[in-house]
Amino acid sequence: MSDSAFLSLEKLTLAYGDTVAVKDLDLSIQKGELVAFLGPSGCGKTTTMRSIAGLLKPKSGRIRLEGADITHVSANKRSVGLVFQSYALFPHLTVFENVAFGLRLKGISGAELEVRVVSGLNSVGLTKFANRKPAELSGGQQQRVALARSMVMEPKVLLLDEPLSNLDARLRLEMRTELQRVQRDTGVTMIFVTHDQGEALSLADRIVVMLNGAIEQIGTPEDIYNSPASAFVADFVGFENIFPIENGRLRAGNGPIELAGPLPHDAAGLAWRPRMLTLGSGPFQGTVRGASFSGSAREYLLDTPFGTLKAEVDAALPAHCAGAALAFDLPIEKAAKLKRFN
Amino acid sequence: MNPRLFSATVLFLVAAFLIGPFIIIVAASLSAGETLAFPPQGFSLKWVAKVFEVESFRESFAMSMLLAVGGTAAALTLGIPASYALSRYHLPFGEAVRTVVALPIIVPGIIVGLALLRYLVVPFNFNITLALFLAHTALVLPYSVRVVSASLNNLRSDIEEAAVLLGSSRAGAFFRVVMPNIRSGILAAFILGFVTSFNQVPVSLFLSGPGVRTLPIDMLSYMEITYDPSVAALSALLAFMSIGIVFLAERFLGFSRYV
Ligand SMILES: Nc1ncnc2c1ncn2[C@@H]1O[C@H](COP(=O)(O)OP(=O)(O)OP(=O)(O)O)[C@@H](O)[C@H]1O
Ligand SMILES: [Mg+2]
Repeated sequence: MSDSAFLSLEKLTLAYGDTVAVKDLDLSIQKGELVAFLGPSGCGKTTTMRSIAGLLKPKSGRIRLEGADITHVSANKRSVGLVFQSYALFPHLTVFENVAFGLRLKGISGAELEVRVVSGLNSVGLTKFANRKPAELSGGQQQRVALARSMVMEPKVLLLDEPLSNLDARLRLEMRTELQRVQRDTGVTMIFVTHDQGEALSLADRIVVMLNGAIEQIGTPEDIYNSPASAFVADFVGFENIFPIENGRLRAGNGPIELAGPLPHDAAGLAWRPRMLTLGSGPFQGTVRGASFSGSAREYLLDTPFGTLKAEVDAALPAHCAGAALAFDLPIEKAAKLKRFN
Repeated sequence: MNPRLFSATVLFLVAAFLIGPFIIIVAASLSAGETLAFPPQGFSLKWVAKVFEVESFRESFAMSMLLAVGGTAAALTLGIPASYALSRYHLPFGEAVRTVVALPIIVPGIIVGLALLRYLVVPFNFNITLALFLAHTALVLPYSVRVVSASLNNLRSDIEEAAVLLGSSRAGAFFRVVMPNIRSGILAAFILGFVTSFNQVPVSLFLSGPGVRTLPIDMLSYMEITYDPSVAALSALLAFMSIGIVFLAERFLGFSRYV
């Protein structure tokens, strides 16, 4: 791993009894980075976080923080904060006492405690709820208490497990901005888990796409969005027309696709977003099976010799009805080149 | 007969059946007569006053209190960690432990009493007070495990992990965030245990000795000799004590949630 890594996971294997949930995971994260774990349910996102926090002992591999091996450091001595998906607030304590909990354990009391708790609550806009119990708060407020409770501890790394998933659309946007602001203000290294590619793309400095307990791809939002490394990632970020290359030819379910130009020799497959298809001209013929209008765009399902394709064009263009025959093209230069096809 | 009238009648009969004896006892204890009788002859509080003068009642009341408070406390001391382990970990013999712990509810007390007397107290000359104490602890244990487990199962386990990540030790997390949240469950278990132990007869019947007697047993033997209304007065007082405890518990804890 590179010397500048702030947090690194080395060949980390995590298991519940005999079931391996995460296998040989390598990852290094820079100080102050905002990283998203993105992947389908059950791929090991929570499991990985729990091991970084020290709640789950790795079966093998190492975790380093600021160069020091913390694999066997217990959870209460790691300076890693975790905001649980369920918030995990202490129901018997007021909001103030929830936030003060960790500080009191550090031996902080009196005026200093007051100042730090209030400034923590202030940063999430909850000062006036200090004397409420968690049960008297909305979901979004509870989540902000959980965030404040972790933040006042000034952790080296802050982990957030699906911080936005239980919120309604408006609150979600609010919390997004909130997280970015907290991260910018404090410079804390942050990892958050999400199912939602839009969330990952808009928030993260870097995205770690996971599948079946392993990393599929690590990259900036632009990398992931424009150059998915595998068919899985391409599918996850919205490429809907994905084909493997076999024996030097692009292959659809029922036969080869002969494209106009030469295929890139190092690709295992090609993928096009619906937007990337050329409609109305080109060497191929398709029939419109279905059309839908989404305000800014029209989306078509095309029956073609290569199976059903999805195309999208600007809504300003004239509409085609179901049953209409359309010429189209799959332009090679626009396609994402997949390194792996799975 | 119309169904409304029918169900009202049944309800009335059930209520009369349950509350009737209580009313009879209270009335009998207020009698001015010399023997236990209903309807009472005249009115007086002398039998209620006498209860407090009978030396053996005072001693056996103290014994019953000791067993009920001490035995229940001991049962909770064992029961809370046991419930915690059962609810938080997948133990290899978890199910077996649960069953064994529940046994005293199923096994007739008379068997427990006889067994303790025949195989512990008699052959080993075991201290009878201690045997009684152990027996009551064992009798109350199932209730404390059940009630405490119920409140533990309602408590998310991730708050303990949250406490640990905020710097607490595992044990510290138990005392700081688990105990405060199951406090009312523990109190409910205590009350249930107290009442169970206090009213216990069959086991205590076997484990009585010179100067070692619980209140219910003492009342039985008092009645064999003296048939005056003071036993009724004592029963009424005990009933009021139980009602008072349960009323307070319901009022402050929502006791019926746990039982
Ligand atoms: N306590 C557990 N015991 C056994 N297996 C578990 C346990 N927790 C998780 N697993 C398994 O480990 C794998 C990874 O689970 P994990 O919770 O890390 O997924 P995730 O990526 O967080 O999913 P989600 O998005 O649904 O939260 C899954 O296959 C899951 O079934
Ligand atoms: Mg998860």
